Amino acid sequence: MSLRGAAFIAGAYEHPRRDIPDRTVPQIHAEVAVGALADAGLSMADVDGFYCAGDAPGFGAVSMAEYLGLRCRTYDSTETGGSSYLVHVGHAAAMIKAGHASVALITLAGTPRNGGAQPGSSAAAPAPESEFENLFGVPIAANYALAAQRHMYEFGTTSAQLAEIKVAASLHAQHNPHAFLRDVVTVEEVLASPMVADPLHRMDCCVVTDGGGALVVVSPAVAASLPRRAVKVLGQGEAAKDTNRGRIDLTHTGAVWSGPRAFEEAGVTPADIDYASIYDSFTITVLMTLEDLGFCHKGEGGRFVMDGGLVAPFGRLPFNTDGGGLCNNHPANRGGMTKVIEAVRQLRGEAHPAVQVPDCQIALAHGTGGSLSTRMMSSTLILGQPDA
Amino acid sequence: MPDDPFLPTRPPRRTHETAEFWDGCAAGRLLLPRCDDCHAYIWYPRLFCPHCSSPRVTYTEVSGTGTVYSFTVVRKGAGAYREFSPYVAAYVELAEGPRVMTNIVGVPVDQVHVGQAVRVVFDPAGDADAIPRFTPS
Repeated sequence: MSLRGAAFIAGAYEHPRRDIPDRTVPQIHAEVAVGALADAGLSMADVDGFYCAGDAPGFGAVSMAEYLGLRCRTYDSTETGGSSYLVHVGHAAAMIKAGHASVALITLAGTPRNGGAQPGSSAAAPAPESEFENLFGVPIAANYALAAQRHMYEFGTTSAQLAEIKVAASLHAQHNPHAFLRDVVTVEEVLASPMVADPLHRMDCCVVTDGGGALVVVSPAVAASLPRRAVKVLGQGEAAKDTNRGRIDLTHTGAVWSGPRAFEEAGVTPADIDYASIYDSFTITVLMTLEDLGFCHKGEGGRFVMDGGLVAPFGRLPFNTDGGGLCNNHPANRGGMTKVIEAVRQLRGEAHPAVQVPDCQIALAHGTGGSLSTRMMSSTLILGQPDA
Repeated sequence: MPDDPFLPTRPPRRTHETAEFWDGCAAGRLLLPRCDDCHAYIWYPRLFCPHCSSPRVTYTEVSGTGTVYSFTVVRKGAGAYREFSPYVAAYVELAEGPRVMTNIVGVPVDQVHVGQAVRVVFDPAGDADAIPRFTPS
């Protein structure tokens, strides 16, 4: 069964705030739910499918659905970290195609700046691998640094090339009035920022922000009845990448599998992508994902991002035009939701005029949940115009 | 043993699957589970073979030698490691194949490199335990 055209994203909403000391996490879930439904021209009463992930407090999807007053036919609390919300779009499209839902609501919210969960933390019972990793003092930035170091060793990637990714994000964020960091930075400034875990500098790392976002995924019939432009779901792929039975390969991500699955379902190739939202927990996350999705060959990511390669609107692959997680927003330490939202903005022609990609027909959003140097879930989502 | 101050340790939490591994560390021996059926070395330690699904697994002493597959100098540790920065976190590829997460100790942080030959050392953890780290050989 292909999901191509099975569903449309009719509503998308990003919470405008980045520091929210005066709301509970459920309140923020409610605010973004209302925002996305209003964007779609729908209301809570229309929702018959609800999707949330580990950021939602309580008993799976049930507690938040209860808080919101939802009465749904299908519930899904699939938890894959920051990529959860892209996975949810694919799962919602499948349930819509199966006739089990017609309006699916996906929400995300969190307040890590105000006492919420910190990056990489988990309240769950110890995982079987935990004592073989946690004893050695490897914070999340160091986990990503291990991958960066190996990539540099095998392919000659440089810190200046990684810095180009942050520079491109900052050039975009200057146009976003809600962005957490709006100052344009240079390669030299990135390289001069303090080393966090060699070879990653502070400016190679994403921001920590409160906030959230929501999406509304609907059936083709519902989409046709709504006043706003909806974007078509063309394909979705997901793939776990782990330590490979103790023989981890740090030079690639799960995108080597999730990408081809999504491209095949969508019937397009990397050359067809006009805009890409690429998960950017760290600059190295972007570089390796670009290679793994096939935008360039393995090992050539460093050259691909140079000379403004990622800068909108005219770079070879305009990316993260909201400023991404590196500059704009990384709500609840989970960047997948905002990746989809900016891709929807681009396809609706509603990105900031300075970074809007002309005639944007097909967009890609990619999420990476978990950690680059242990285990992750990658999800690739391809979206298009209604007639795509 | 490295002569620099030990990085933080704590007694590992044992399960019935991993007790033999930790007992080995306490005795100064690196034991890896090995599959009785397909003979693969298993990492991380468990009593199940992820290569062939066999439950027949035996802890076996390995060489304790390997090379640095990747590393990072952690400039800002968290929790118990906060006071010990900078220090080196790494993946070491054991001679038997598995790549294990660990620390490189007993060497200045700016003298660690990918491909470096290393051997296991056991840092005391609590009264009776030890955890495996690596040092240039």
